Amino acid sequence: MAKQQPRVDAVIVGLGWTGSIMGMELTDAGLNVLALERGEDRTNEDFAYPKPADELQYGIRHTMMQKPKQSAVTIRRNLDERALPQRKLGAFLPGDGVGGAGAHWTGVLIRPTPTDLQLKTFADQAFGKGVLQDDMQIQDFGVSWDELEPHFSFFEKVCGQSGTTGNLNGQIQAGGDPFEGPRSEPYPLPALQDTQNTQMFEKAAKQLGYHPFPNPSANVSRAWTNPYGMQLGPCNYCGFCSRYGCLNYSKASPQTCILNALKQRSNFDYRTNANVTRVELAADGKTATGVTYVDGNGEEVFQPADMVILASYALNNVRLMLNSGIGQPYDPVARTGTVGRNYSYQIGGGINCYFDDIEFNPFATAGATGKMFNDFSPGNFDSAAHGFIGGAKMHSSQASGTPIKTPLPKDAPSWGQGYKDALQKYYGHHMKLSMTGSVMSYRSNMLDLDPTWKDPYGMPLLRMTFDWKQNEHRLSAFMRDRLREIADVLKPDYRDESFNLEGSHFKVTSYVSTHNVGGAVMGTDPSTSAVNRYLQSWDVHNVFVPGGNAFPQNFQANPTDLIAALTYWSAKKIREDYLKNPGPLMSRS
Amino acid sequence: MTKHLIPLLAGSAFVLATPVFGADDDTVERGAYLARAGDCVACHTTEDGKAFAGGLGIESPFGIIYSTNITPDDENGIGDYSEEEFAAALREGERADGANLYPAMPYPSYANLTDDDIHALYVYFMQGVEPVAEKPPQTDLGFPFNQRWGISAWNWLFIDHPTFEPSASNPELTERGRYLVEGLGHCGSCHTPRGFAAQESALDDDGDDYLAGANLGDWWAPSLRGGAGGDGRGIQGWDTQAIVDYLKTGRNAHAVVGGEMTSVVAHSTSHLTDKDLTGIAQYLKSLPANPADEDAPTADARRQAAKETEAHLTAAKNLSDGERLYLDNCAACHLNDGMGAERVFPPLDDNALANADNPTGLIHTILAGAKPPATSTIPAQLPMPGFGWRLSDDEVATLATFVRSAWGNDGDVVDAEQVAEVRDELDDAPLDRAVDPEGELNQTDGED
Repeated sequence: MAKQQPRVDAVIVGLGWTGSIMGMELTDAGLNVLALERGEDRTNEDFAYPKPADELQYGIRHTMMQKPKQSAVTIRRNLDERALPQRKLGAFLPGDGVGGAGAHWTGVLIRPTPTDLQLKTFADQAFGKGVLQDDMQIQDFGVSWDELEPHFSFFEKVCGQSGTTGNLNGQIQAGGDPFEGPRSEPYPLPALQDTQNTQMFEKAAKQLGYHPFPNPSANVSRAWTNPYGMQLGPCNYCGFCSRYGCLNYSKASPQTCILNALKQRSNFDYRTNANVTRVELAADGKTATGVTYVDGNGEEVFQPADMVILASYALNNVRLMLNSGIGQPYDPVARTGTVGRNYSYQIGGGINCYFDDIEFNPFATAGATGKMFNDFSPGNFDSAAHGFIGGAKMHSSQASGTPIKTPLPKDAPSWGQGYKDALQKYYGHHMKLSMTGSVMSYRSNMLDLDPTWKDPYGMPLLRMTFDWKQNEHRLSAFMRDRLREIADVLKPDYRDESFNLEGSHFKVTSYVSTHNVGGAVMGTDPSTSAVNRYLQSWDVHNVFVPGGNAFPQNFQANPTDLIAALTYWSAKKIREDYLKNPGPLMSRS
Repeated sequence: MTKHLIPLLAGSAFVLATPVFGADDDTVERGAYLARAGDCVACHTTEDGKAFAGGLGIESPFGIIYSTNITPDDENGIGDYSEEEFAAALREGERADGANLYPAMPYPSYANLTDDDIHALYVYFMQGVEPVAEKPPQTDLGFPFNQRWGISAWNWLFIDHPTFEPSASNPELTERGRYLVEGLGHCGSCHTPRGFAAQESALDDDGDDYLAGANLGDWWAPSLRGGAGGDGRGIQGWDTQAIVDYLKTGRNAHAVVGGEMTSVVAHSTSHLTDKDLTGIAQYLKSLPANPADEDAPTADARRQAAKETEAHLTAAKNLSDGERLYLDNCAACHLNDGMGAERVFPPLDDNALANADNPTGLIHTILAGAKPPATSTIPAQLPMPGFGWRLSDDEVATLATFVRSAWGNDGDVVDAEQVAEVRDELDDAPLDRAVDPEGELNQTDGED
C-alpha cells in the first residue's frame, strides 16, 4: 500500500514552463496546487556567475539534461524495426529538474503564423489531390490565431521578448517580419545587437529579395520587470545559453520569470525528486483520483487530487497517458486510437561558410542572436509546385562561440595536432546559413509503449517510431538551393553543407533539435486527437495535458511561444468554465 | 515620557494583566501592521524559530543579548502583561517585573508611540499572535553590564523622546513619516552614530547627527539625510519615489539592498503602505544633508573620471590587476560604466557602500555575495554570487581598491589584512539569513 499524502485541488506533474504557468493560473483561481518535479530543485543561485560557463560540464556532459538511465526513449525508424533504448542523449536533449528545458533552452521566442495553426485547411485549399503523400495525417490545431493572440502577447511580456515588430494590428512595420500574424502589441523590448554574421546575412538576403528580421529573442536586450514582478538583467552576450542556465539572469526561464512569484503563494507547494509514474483513475475510468509517484527514497506515494495537469516534457506526457490508461493507444495499422498518434519533429540543414579574412567574434553573442526570414513559411511561396507542404525558417544564427563545438570544415581532422591547427585557423572565421524546417505528421511516425524495455520502477519505456519522409526530403532540397544562393552572394573562401536529402534517415546520435512534438495532439475531433482544443483529455475530463505534445504536426519555428500560449489558453478555460462545472468541455459527438 | 518619570514608574511593576476582550479585527490588523513597521520580528525570531518566540542572539559591544519571547504565552512570553506594562516595556524599556530591558530593544525610539498605537500593538500581540511555550536563552553579560539597575541611569542621561506630537508647520504626510522614522522604524538604531556610552547621539531631528550614518559592526549604514547640501551622494541623489521603491522592493535605479537592511526590507518596509513610505521618504528628504567633505571631488570631476574609467576598461589595454579582476568577475553585470542595470544590478559608480570610509561592507559583499529579498511586489531574487571561493585576500583587496577608486568613486585603498578579517568572520557566521517575508513569519495564519 503506497503512502498517501493529503489531497490537493490540483497536482501538476513537472515544474518547467507549462507547470509554472499552470501554477500561477490555478493559484490565482484560489486552488491549492502542488507541483511534483522528478528532478532536482534549481534556483537562480545554481546559475550564479561564472559557474554555468563550462562547456564540458553543461554543453558536453549534459548536466542539466535528463539521464537515459532515468528516462530513456527507445527508438526505431519504422514499424518493422526493433527499437533500442538511448544509452546517451543525442538528437534531442530534454531538460531535467525544476525549470525543465526552459532553464537550458536557447531563448528563441517566436510565434507560429496563423496558417501554421490551420495547416489542414490551408492544404485543402492550396494543394490538389495527389500532390501530398497519402500517409500524411496533418490537422488543424482547433484553436485560432485570434483566440491565442492575447496569450502570446502576455507570455512575451512575461519573457521580455526582444525583437522588431513586423505587423502591428495589421499594419506592416519596417524592419520586422512582414509575414507574421498581426500582433496586438509591439515587442516588449528592442532587438538584440547585430553582429558581423547577422549584418552579412541580412544584406545578402535583402539582395535576393527576402525580408530578414532579428530572431525574436527571450534573451533580453534591456533590463526587464515582467507582469509578475520578476526581473531579468540585460543580456551581456556571453554566449552560454543553449544547454546552460543563464549566469546573467538575462534569459527568460521559469526561474527568472515565474518561480519566485509562484513560491510566495501560500496555496502553492512543490516537491522535487518526485517521479510520477502514473495517473490513478476512478473505477469507471472517467476521472483521475490523483497520481502515484516515487519519492527520493524510492518509496511509492499516492497524491490525491481533484485535477491532474500533465506538464512534463511532451514525450513524457504521452508516456504517462499510455502508462495510466488515459485514452486509447494509437494503432498505426488499424488507424484507431489517438494517444501516441502524430508524433512529429523538426528538420535541420545548413551551409557552413568560412572566411579567411573576416573576424566574427562568435564568443560575443546571445543564444538568439541572428537574423531570419519567413519568405518560405507555408502560404508565402508556392511549395505545391515543388511537391511538398510546409516551410522553413531561413536564418543565420550565432548561438555560441564555445570552443569544443566550434564547427570545422568536413575535411579537418577531429583529433590531434591537425584538429588543433584547424581550430586555430577557423575559429572565429565561420558563419552558418541554416534552415529549420517543418515536419508533417504521418501514419507511422508515432509513440507507444515499448514491449521490452522498462525503467527502474518497472514501467515500460516510451517507444518512438520516426523517420524523415519524402515531403521533408523535398523541402530540404528546396531550401538547400535557396541557401546556396545566399552563400553564392556571400562568397566564402570555403564552404560545406549538410542536409537530410532523399535516402537519408533519422540519426539519433547527433543533435537535431529538442522540438519533439505531438503524440497527444489537440483538436476538435476525438477520433484524431487525444485532447480537445482546451488540452483536456477527451476521456478523463480532469486531466489536462499542456505541452508540445498538443501540436498535430510541427511548424518551422521554435515551439516555446506556442506551448506557453496554449497553456494560458487552457488555463483560461479551466478558470472560466471548468472549475464552475467540472466535466468534459467539449462533447465527443 | 520625561526623564524624571522613568525611575518613578518602576513602582507599577505588579499591576495585574488585564485580558483584552472583544477587540475588533481591525485593531488586530492595525497592530499587526504597526508590528511590521516596528520590525519586531527581526529581533524576536530566530532563523528557524516560531514568530516572536525570541532567542535571537544580538551582538552588542557588551556581549550577546538574547531577544525575549513576546508571544502571549503566560509562562514564557508576555501573556500576563497588562496594557500599561506593555506600554512601559515599549516606551521605557521596563519589564513587567520592574527590571530594565537592555537598550538593544529600541525603546528610546518607541518612546514616541501614541497611546492609540500602543493599544493596537497590545491587542495584536495578545490576540493576533500564537502563544509559544518556549523559553529563550537568558542574556548573561559580564559585570558590570549584568547590573540592569545601571540602565536606569543610562536612560535618565540619554533618553528624551516625548510622545509624538505632529508639528503644524510640516505637511501632514511628512509628519507621519517623521513619526514612523523616529519611532517604530527606529532607523536611528543603525543610521545614527553612537556616543561614548553606545547611546544614539540624537533621537530626533533636533540633532545634526540624527541619521547621519554610522558603522554598524562591519557595515556602514549610510546617512539618511536626504535634503539639500552635502556631496549629492547616497539618498540625496534619490527622489521620493526612489526611496519608496527601495523600501517597498529592496531596489531602485540607484541601489539594491544589502547587509542587515535586506531583512528590514523583507520583514518590515515592504509591508508598509505606499502612503506611509511616501511620508517616510518626504521626511528623509526634509533633513539637511551632512556637510560635504572638503576634499571630495566635485560632481563634474566625478563624471569626467567615470568616463575615463569606462574608456580604459573598454579599450582593455595595459590593464592594472584591479581592472583585470573587475573585467573577469564584475563587468558581466555591473558593466564597464559601473552603472549595472536599473533595479537589477546596482551601480558601483557613486555607490554608498563602495565609497564608505569603512570598506568592510564592500569586502563582505565581494566575498559572500548578496541576495535581494523577495517582496510581494517584486518577488524576483537575482543573487550576486560570492567570490570568496575564487579570489584570494590579495585579489579581493586589489579588486575592492579598484572599485573604490574607479569612475567617480574616491574610497581609500583596501589591504589584504582587512579582507582576511572579514573572511574570518564570515567563516564563523556566514551572513546568509533566509529572507521569506510571506512564509514562516505570516503569523496571523497561525501556521508552523
